[in-house]
Amino acid sequence: MTVLEVRALYKGFGGVQAVAGIDFDVAAGELLAMIGPNGAGKSTCFNILNGQLRPDGGSVRLAGREIAGLPPGHISRLGVGRTFQITATFGSMTVAENVQTALIAHHRDLAGLWRPAASLHRAAAMALLERVGMAAQADRACGVLAYGDLKRVELAVALANDPMLLLMDEPTAGMAPAERVELMALTAEITRERNIAVLFTEHDMDVVFGHADRIIVLNRGALIASGTPQEVRANRRVRELYLGESVEAER
Amino acid sequence: MTGQIVVQFLTGLAGAASLFLVAAGLSIIFGVTRIVNFAHGSLYMLGAYIAYSLTERLAVGTIYGFWVSVVLAALAVALIGAAIEIAILRRIYRAPELFQLLATFGVVLVVQDAALWIWGPVDLMGPRAPGLDSSVEIMGQRLPEYDLALIVISPLVLGLLWLLFYRTRWGILVRAATQDREMVGALGRNQAWLFTSVFFVGAFLAGLGGAIQLPKGGADLLIDLNIIAAAFVIVVVGGMGSITGAFLAAILIGELQAFAVLLLPESTLVIMFLAMAVVLVVRPWGLLGRPVAEHAAGRAAEPLLRPPGRTQRMIWGAVIACLLTLPLIAEDFTLTLSIEIMILALFAASLHFIMGPGGMVSFGHAAYFGLGAYGAALLATKLDTPMELALLAAPAIAGAGALVFGWFCVRLSGVYLAMLTLAFAQIAWSVVFQWYELTGGEDGLLGIRRTPWADSRIVFYYLVLAACGVAIYAMRRMIFAPFGYAVRAGRDSRLRAEAIGIDTRRFEWMAFLIAGAMAGIAGGLYVYSKGSVFPDEMSIPRSVDGLVMVLLGGVQTLSGPLFGAAGFTWLHDAISRLEYWRFILGGTIIGLVLAFPEGLGGIWRQLEDWVRRRRAVARQAKP
Ligand SMILES: Nc1ncnc2c1ncn2[C@@H]1O[C@H](COP(=O)(O)OP(=O)(O)OP(=O)(O)O)[C@@H](O)[C@H]1O
Ligand SMILES: [Mg+2]
Repeated sequence: MTVLEVRALYKGFGGVQAVAGIDFDVAAGELLAMIGPNGAGKSTCFNILNGQLRPDGGSVRLAGREIAGLPPGHISRLGVGRTFQITATFGSMTVAENVQTALIAHHRDLAGLWRPAASLHRAAAMALLERVGMAAQADRACGVLAYGDLKRVELAVALANDPMLLLMDEPTAGMAPAERVELMALTAEITRERNIAVLFTEHDMDVVFGHADRIIVLNRGALIASGTPQEVRANRRVRELYLGESVEAER
Repeated sequence: MTGQIVVQFLTGLAGAASLFLVAAGLSIIFGVTRIVNFAHGSLYMLGAYIAYSLTERLAVGTIYGFWVSVVLAALAVALIGAAIEIAILRRIYRAPELFQLLATFGVVLVVQDAALWIWGPVDLMGPRAPGLDSSVEIMGQRLPEYDLALIVISPLVLGLLWLLFYRTRWGILVRAATQDREMVGALGRNQAWLFTSVFFVGAFLAGLGGAIQLPKGGADLLIDLNIIAAAFVIVVVGGMGSITGAFLAAILIGELQAFAVLLLPESTLVIMFLAMAVVLVVRPWGLLGRPVAEHAAGRAAEPLLRPPGRTQRMIWGAVIACLLTLPLIAEDFTLTLSIEIMILALFAASLHFIMGPGGMVSFGHAAYFGLGAYGAALLATKLDTPMELALLAAPAIAGAGALVFGWFCVRLSGVYLAMLTLAFAQIAWSVVFQWYELTGGEDGLLGIRRTPWADSRIVFYYLVLAACGVAIYAMRRMIFAPFGYAVRAGRDSRLRAEAIGIDTRRFEWMAFLIAGAMAGIAGGLYVYSKGSVFPDEMSIPRSVDGLVMVLLGGVQTLSGPLFGAAGFTWLHDAISRLEYWRFILGGTIIGLVLAFPEGLGGIWRQLEDWVRRRRAVARQAKP
């Protein structure tokens, strides 16, 4: 089943065409990697998908429903979870509270002015933390965690709204190589068991070729290749891009 | 008619000159050091006073002497600015940003009393500028010659600043530092030198601004806060860090004021702040400013916020027990002071509510205190409303004000937000100040009496204790309820909060509303404790008092602001009968900031951490 359908998506910043008309689909339970050099437009694309940016044109459908241009909160409630290139967590809260806040938001209990939040959805939060291997650190401050642990917390937070689509912008950036593979394996395991569609970007090719079901390659805002890892690996333009020979020079 | 318009236009340009100079200095200092220098108005005031003394000695009627005095005064102020940077601010660059603000408040107070001591309390009339002391005729209207000089000065200074910024190594460094914060860190030892020199230049401009307006406005002890409010407006309207923007904004404001005098003299104060509000709504980053990038990672790590532990709850129990028994043992004087402390503790707690969990610094929280106070007072004096009803109306009126002002404020963030709150507070203040028929202007509203059952001081004490206690407790509940988590989530990381479905702006708005209503309760109680109300209750110093209480107490703790309020109010009361109490207060603030850059509440937390660690060690040592 197709969870995400992106068609003719455009976004420019002044003179820079960051996303220049791209199309792709992600199916439930599938891990789709979006790769491309720095500045290719990957984060911009993610920011459009989760509502942080409004596209200049194009369509984004989530389970058949148009979501392009909706505010991020709305898109989150429709079932999109996201992690950020630079981890974003709530530093003044504990690990468990981070997840609880996401759960509270998901269940629309935010307006409560009186009952303490500390006990709300605590069990569900602990279950999520258990799943990502962070239960032991549930009551530590998020501000003091190691970077790899922070990424796990972000994963738990992103799963709190029971998403059908998970967007992960460089989930393993800044981690040690062994940790990277471990985190991606964990992500793949969780998302497959829940049948979540995953779109992720990544600069580490071991992670990409080791875990992605399909890969799309972005350069200067445009898709230049897509297919299975084998197909993409064999693609001439991709090889040129990654071997440093510019496609321009060939023209 | 045309003549009048042309002359009024020229008057506006002349008025813009010193506004531009002060704002340019403020903007340069903020751009490089990220310090909102509240003491910038004090530097301007010193410029005026020093120029006064110098012209008395040097000018004696010569053109040369007058202008030499002006430049020397500006240089003297520049040295004072550099000295302030070296002696105070340099020691606290690593402290939280707001602490630097606090230190500059301290400087404002110290400079006020230093000026009082040196030049006395009487307003000084500026000398006429020799050679420019008559007026010229333009299209049948007269314009003072000195105004022509002022009109020439701002573009001249703008040109010189341009040369300084684009043609010198120093200027390149300053521009780079303004645009790229990382670069400042990479400067290493040169950073200290850069910051000091930036203060020197900024203070020079402030001093020059004060000196050149001397022949027009003279020197008095109030111009520091008046000009700082105007300078904030211009910097924000022009766009933070943009000198050309400040130039345009100064002209805009100067002209608006010049024509407002002509059309509607009562509106001069309001008009400037209204202009600012309008510009910020249309262009949130000012005329020539650029948007500040939102950081995904959020702000510098906030410490964990925990519900009070057992020790803390026991201490609170003891404090409440003491407060309950106080009327049995205390004298009238102590009760009166305690009433004031409790009211201001509620005021401080309400400010902390938006500053701490909400992460929105307000420079104008007195607006809501004042709206509550004037709301209750007007109901009581004009409509004979009973006290009970007036006290209930106070938070509603203040809350309504917060709802309107807050709608605009939450659209901005950081310093822009803070300055917009100041602008709104000044609008409210100037309405109260200038609408004599309704509010009595400077004379205030008097003779507000409590209901007979609450007339006794002891009964009123318990009423205040109950009202403030319940209000403060309610705010604590909210902070630990889902609402508080939502607000805090928006502060810690707006991106993350929005990505999980929190409408951060709406929660900020709600927090603004609640804080405003709570301040309104404090304002209403205050009116009935004093029996009167004056515009001072919503003026800048009142807002600053609140900030000092919160910041001294420690913005990162919940009880800190309450202790800050108690300490500040007590100290204020103890010294306010002395002639130079501002000096003592300012000195104390500076001393405390230098000694405890984490706030007094921070001491408590450090102590608690220490005890906890000791216990853990002890536990581990046991076999
Ligand atoms: N807010 C913005 N304003 C202006 N230009 C932007 C903005 N965000 C991104 N860009 C530009 O759009 C282009 C795409 O940026 P984007 O962050 O999407 O790249 P990316 O593929 O995520 O790169 P990286 O691998 O470095 O994360 C870049 O040229 C960038 O400079
Ligand atoms: Mg990116």
